[in-house]
Amino acid sequence: MSSADIYREIILDYYRNPRNYGKIENPDISKKDSNPLCGDELEMHINLKDNKISDVKFTGKGCAISQASASMLTELIMDKDFEFVKELTKEDVLENLGLHDLGPARIKCALLSLKVLKYGIYSYVSEKLKDTASADKIKEEASGLF
Amino acid sequence: MQASVINIKSIRNDFPILKRKVHKDKPLIYFDNAATTQKPIQVIDAISNYYLNYNSNIHRAVHQLAEEATAAYELTRDKVAKFINIKNREEIIFVRGTTEAINLVAYSWGRQNVQKDDIVVTTEYEHHSNIVPWQLLTKEKGAKLEYIGVDDNGELILDQLDAYLDTGRVKLVTFSQMSNVLGTISKSEEIIKKCHQKGVRVLVDAAQSVPHIKVDLQKLDCDFFAFSAHKMLGPTGVGVLWARKDLLESMVPFNGGGDMIREVHKYETTWNDLPFKFEAGTPNIADVIGFSAALDYLDKIGMDKVREHEVELTKYALEQISAVKGIKLYGTPDITKRGGVISFNLGDIHPHDLATIIDEDGVAIRSGHHCAQVLMERLDVSATSRASFYIYNTKEEIDVFIRSLNRARELFRI
Ligand SMILES: Cc1ncc(COP(=O)(O)O)c(C=O)c1O
Repeated sequence: MSSADIYREIILDYYRNPRNYGKIENPDISKKDSNPLCGDELEMHINLKDNKISDVKFTGKGCAISQASASMLTELIMDKDFEFVKELTKEDVLENLGLHDLGPARIKCALLSLKVLKYGIYSYVSEKLKDTASADKIKEEASGLF
Repeated sequence: MQASVINIKSIRNDFPILKRKVHKDKPLIYFDNAATTQKPIQVIDAISNYYLNYNSNIHRAVHQLAEEATAAYELTRDKVAKFINIKNREEIIFVRGTTEAINLVAYSWGRQNVQKDDIVVTTEYEHHSNIVPWQLLTKEKGAKLEYIGVDDNGELILDQLDAYLDTGRVKLVTFSQMSNVLGTISKSEEIIKKCHQKGVRVLVDAAQSVPHIKVDLQKLDCDFFAFSAHKMLGPTGVGVLWARKDLLESMVPFNGGGDMIREVHKYETTWNDLPFKFEAGTPNIADVIGFSAALDYLDKIGMDKVREHEVELTKYALEQISAVKGIKLYGTPDITKRGGVISFNLGDIHPHDLATIIDEDGVAIRSGHHCAQVLMERLDVSATSRASFYIYNTKEEIDVFIRSLNRARELFRI
């Protein structure tokens, strides 16, 4: 897709004024990752209550795509059932961003936030819920993203 | 084409890749030369000619193909010796690239000569390949790694070198002759003189300098010198380590295996003569032969002309880019102190976004940390964009690049 289609007003707005930017004290889920190719960094904090995402925040630095993607992902999962979040796919995330046909290098920027989210959920499911079967499935999805 | 110090039209004709289009119909404008340069047809032909006509392993066999291949491979060594002006051809060691050359020195010379509490001095504008091997070495030995800082003009703060040297504990000073991010040309002769007055060895990372400026090793008088063929029109997978003979003779081999031995017995081996002591195993014969053609190509143009052309382009590019609203440039504005590398940021556009946008216009630049994260920290940025030029680039291409930057600026409403 052309850069005029990628860098729409909404992406620039989320890049410059990211929603849910920041940290949560003692979150239930906390995960950090970076893309070694470009150095983009992302950290996500999540609180759960009654099996729902009760709060989510992120911090990070990187390109407009990675930062807007992270911010829009936090909005997408806020107040949602944990089951819904576990099932999120990369297609869901790209759809939510309105980004299609990104090249192989830039798609990583768009999916870094989902990767961080999936690994965060994986740690939570395996360490706190001790549900190894689901955890393994989530980990496989996360590592398959890119 | 505008008038130039070199015959740009005939040069461009030698590079088949420059005829291709990217993103359907955009002529390729290749400004990522600090990462790797394009290859002229002469280099491509030399490699294919080897595989088509005299492919064979070198040095051992006595048949005709092996003799031809050995002669071509060894001829490259002579050409390298002439290119960097050294007397002893056996001081030229072929390696995979600058990275391997530096690792060879760190492993082989470093482990013999650097001990606990000794100091290795590098600089804040080094490529990771001139930092990480020294971290490995100094950690293993309980030695210290120190950095010469970079001032706001992008130049090394040499007073800091004096202070390190005064400790009497420095064993090696290692620095790049030209920064791959800022383009700064180091005051190499001054650094080397200071070090030698104190009996300290010096390694010069010449990955960015040899391709762009004339170097004369007899004048430079360093101890180790490393560069890569692929940044100077040659193929990937070939690099050069030069070191003084007495040093190479005192060093243990880096790799053990075929070719580097004189006699192998069950528990003891004696080493082959230089340079073979450091060239274990079947080397990258085809690409060393290809490198020969690259050296011929640069020789024919003349390194003074290469530099003159790049100065002209860089001066023009700096003038034009300075006028782009929101631009931030890194490095010295003094053209006599820098090479054809321009690092910059544009407003709050992340370099990866910028590179994506201008790539659509056919302009290939680099974005990221350029394997120089220590420098990024010093500049207090996470990344920069970098345009770097070579002999086939033109002012017309710079005009397209500048227009493209302005398009990016408009997309981001800066
Ligand atoms: C200054 C400098 N040193 C070392 C290197 C490493 O060279 P190579 O990757 O060819 O080993 C580079 C290449 O990027 C460089 O610019």
